Amino acid sequence: MGAIYRREMNAFFTSGIAYVYLAVYFFLSGVFFYNTTLAAATTDTSGVFGSLFLVVLFLIPVLTMRLLSEEKKNKTDQGLLTAPVSLWSIVLGKYFAALTLFVIAESLIFVYALILSYFGSVVWASLLGNYFAMLFLGAAFIAVGVFVSSLTENQMAAAVISFLALLVLYLFDMIGNSVDIEIVKKLVESLSFYSRYIEFTMGLFNLSSIIFFISAAFLFNFLTVRVLEKRRWS
Amino acid sequence: MIEVKNLTKKYGDKLAVDDISFRVEKGEILGFLGPNGAGKSTTMNMLTGYISSTSGQVLIDGIDILEEPNKAKAKIGYLPEIPPLYVDMTVASYLDFVYDLKKCKLPRKSHIADVCGLCRITDVKDRIIRNLSKGYRQRVGLAQALIGNPPVLILDEPTVGLDPKQIIEIRTLIKKLGKKHTVILSSHILQEIQAVCDKIIIINKGKKAADGTAEEIARSLTDKHRMTVRIEGTKGTKEDKDEIVRALKSISGIKYVRADMMRENGIFDYDVESDGETDVRREINELCRSKNWNILMFSLSELSLEDIFLKITLGDNIVVEDGEIRKEETEKIRINLKLDGEAEVEDDNDDDSSAEKAESSKDNSEEKDGGKN
Repeated sequence: MGAIYRREMNAFFTSGIAYVYLAVYFFLSGVFFYNTTLAAATTDTSGVFGSLFLVVLFLIPVLTMRLLSEEKKNKTDQGLLTAPVSLWSIVLGKYFAALTLFVIAESLIFVYALILSYFGSVVWASLLGNYFAMLFLGAAFIAVGVFVSSLTENQMAAAVISFLALLVLYLFDMIGNSVDIEIVKKLVESLSFYSRYIEFTMGLFNLSSIIFFISAAFLFNFLTVRVLEKRRWS
Repeated sequence: MIEVKNLTKKYGDKLAVDDISFRVEKGEILGFLGPNGAGKSTTMNMLTGYISSTSGQVLIDGIDILEEPNKAKAKIGYLPEIPPLYVDMTVASYLDFVYDLKKCKLPRKSHIADVCGLCRITDVKDRIIRNLSKGYRQRVGLAQALIGNPPVLILDEPTVGLDPKQIIEIRTLIKKLGKKHTVILSSHILQEIQAVCDKIIIINKGKKAADGTAEEIARSLTDKHRMTVRIEGTKGTKEDKDEIVRALKSISGIKYVRADMMRENGIFDYDVESDGETDVRREINELCRSKNWNILMFSLSELSLEDIFLKITLGDNIVVEDGEIRKEETEKIRINLKLDGEAEVEDDNDDDSSAEKAESSKDNSEEKDGGKN
């Protein structure tokens, strides 16, 4: 796993994806930081996190699109799959590389906190709660992205499909609201990523939501492993 | 070292590899020979655990590749048809990555330097793989397989894309490696297999068509009382061909006659096969004299490996197993060509058109093969 993780980290930077990702993330979060915190004269960063949901939704597909699709296209997966490593360590190596980059970008919030500390006392409880909520949300989203990337050889297709998949997860609430059947409504609501995430920005630290995100991350990584496994048998 | 039992792979209804079994001992070099699409790569992919078999078993040093994949894979160095290179890395960092990936325990620096030296890529170590030529990429691929010094090396067309000098280098290297490692390599180039391998398996359409050493395979096919005769007819046109074929067939003791390609203007070669008991050469001579035909060439077919390869792969459907030959087709109908699933059936009373069709499609097939090479 270590070897794959290190290679992916390097590849993020040599391919330039890391720079694009970080630049766009920094820019957008900077805009939101200014609008929701500095301009609003508050030291609570919840507003930033609330707006970042959509940014993350757009950017994570960029991060994950090439992880497995490129391997398949360039036939480098043959090297990985015939090496004495398990499928799990291949998938997790890639997964954690993307997650690392995500965390690096997300940690920019501490720079904002530093800026805020000049103006007043930072609301650390809300900041940390949101920070971890977003970390686990990202963990789940990246797993979805990696999974989609394992399904296709085409990076662009992987990016678009994972973006749509994440969008559907985001729209779950809307779908839930428009359905009249009680059970479906309940089910859809309990699977909603957005409402679970937005709870945190309102100051609610909900452990069950954290577990929900971790479970989703695990589920999609598991599915990715199954996809790789199945490809050998077909 | 490597034991393969009844290996079969089906893609849907299509049998890609059909019931292949063989053994390779330590220090042997085994060559897979077959035309493109014969199932060589599929077989190798199953040997290395990249894909699973539909049925059958692969044992690497006694370890089942599907049951204990990590243990078995650690013993294999694999160079796939397309080397699995990350083109955005430098050669050195790529080999470093492979070293880590294989959890190699040998001293890192000296081992990687050794491998680079063996494959002669030391001078491109710091270059990005994307910028390397095909030949260098192939060698980096080979280096990648050698990392960790695995006892088994599986090389899928290792000399593809190399220039003649590099080909010789790589062959020498493989021969050298074959002393310490067990090597399986595939190729559609005969000379290569003949030059490098101790044992040969000819694969055609997913089936094992022949195995043994080059001499064994050749020997088992030569005493067939086959001969090639080049006869010049009186008219010097294609019309002669039919007449000659018919006349030859009328000689008792001749089982099979087939007009081969036109070798000279209006003159054809005829493949003649006797029943194995009668010596028909004098009768043929007699016939030609009486008809005023000229025999321009007469040779008993000493089949070279190349002929065998062509015969087997172009579909005379001779199966050689442990030195025994058995023909899969009945005597009356012969399938001359079975490329692309189209069979050209030539029966005993062949008319002009079918013979010509067979001829032209044979030419085509040869062209096709040439194109693929």
